[in-house]
Amino acid sequence: MAHYQLDARRLLCPMPVIRAQNRVAELLPGDVLEVTCTDPGALNDIPAWCRINGHTVLATRRDGNEVIIDIEVGDGT
Amino acid sequence: MSQIQRKAVALVSGGLDSMLAVRVIQEQGIHVEGINFYTGFCVEGHTHAIRKKDQGKDKRNNALWVAEQLGIKLHIIDIVEEYKDVLLNPRHGYGANMNPCLDCKIFMVHKALEWADKNGFDFIITGEVVGQRPMSQRKDTMPVVARESGAMDRLLRPLCAKNLPATLPEREGWVDREKLHDFSGRSRKPQMALAAQFGFSDYATPAGGCCFLTDEAYSRKLVDLWQARGKREYEMDDIMLLKVGRHIRPAPHYKLIVGREEGENNFLEGYRKIYIHLRPISHTGPLVLLDGEASEEDIVLAARITARYSKGHTAEQVTVQVTGLDGVSRELVVAPLSPDELKPEWHL
Repeated sequence: MAHYQLDARRLLCPMPVIRAQNRVAELLPGDVLEVTCTDPGALNDIPAWCRINGHTVLATRRDGNEVIIDIEVGDGT
Repeated sequence: MSQIQRKAVALVSGGLDSMLAVRVIQEQGIHVEGINFYTGFCVEGHTHAIRKKDQGKDKRNNALWVAEQLGIKLHIIDIVEEYKDVLLNPRHGYGANMNPCLDCKIFMVHKALEWADKNGFDFIITGEVVGQRPMSQRKDTMPVVARESGAMDRLLRPLCAKNLPATLPEREGWVDREKLHDFSGRSRKPQMALAAQFGFSDYATPAGGCCFLTDEAYSRKLVDLWQARGKREYEMDDIMLLKVGRHIRPAPHYKLIVGREEGENNFLEGYRKIYIHLRPISHTGPLVLLDGEASEEDIVLAARITARYSKGHTAEQVTVQVTGLDGVSRELVVAPLSPDELKPEWHL
């Protein structure tokens, strides 16, 4: 299992979701992707995308104007 | 011998019609996944994300929400670059504004077809209804979408299939045509009734209004942008900036983008380094971007307009900071433009 980071700052939804989706597609089950966003809408959209596509949100947190979401990649089912 | 599990990819906008179309096909035992295209002109999310006063509102992405209600996967595809050709060169022309709806639908179905072939899906479904939209959902244009997208008889519209020739999934018996629908026209009652039958009580406002290109004011600003630049092209930043602020063009060679509130000012901050920008410093006021080339006389007028939209609009003088593309700032002390001097035709 590896840990990766994705900078999705200054992007408005749905672009952070698209960037996360495309990066997750390159990773292996169990890998963790830490996504940093500035659009607070990502706090709704990325977890929703994870739920319907079989991935797990491990944690979400705010750091000033930034929203950070940790995604554990699922097995695609 | 076990039956082959047939698979359909659905164009999911986040509206009610595509939601119903998916459920109709799911009920026939078909595996459905959704696809949603991002053109850059989608209304969803952006304005809420930018404007401070909207930040308390629910910002759910309706396509994701619909997918979750239906229990299907959703694939969101960025088509911003490819979409430029659709918007700039629509073979079938524009609708009431800059909306190339027929070409747009053809393009999206074509992209869905590519996705389906790549991922082993058998056919494509949409929530289209004959006669519902003036351009892309007419009896005579719906076959054009099927033909020019290349989908041909692999494109099934479950809500109005009985008004159209049988498609491949119907002829092959993958879906039962008798269980499809015969909706037509602009009435929403059949959709509402079907939604109630499926137990859908919460859904986004019915189709339309999801694309900025159908908006008259947005289309006017887009055409103005092309006229001012002398060429019909755009970048993602242009699309975004047309959604934000007051756009004021005092002369053909430049325009001002004036933040209307804190959220818009914060958003415009991100563009400070690529535009000449102005902001009042003696009074509270907006961040203003200057798009174009401006003489000293133009910059003084821009400063006076900036002052006009500041808290000092009734003051005799307002100090405005002007920052050039080289990052060097200077201060101008100006009289705010009076309401009479701010010509209505400057507003885009």
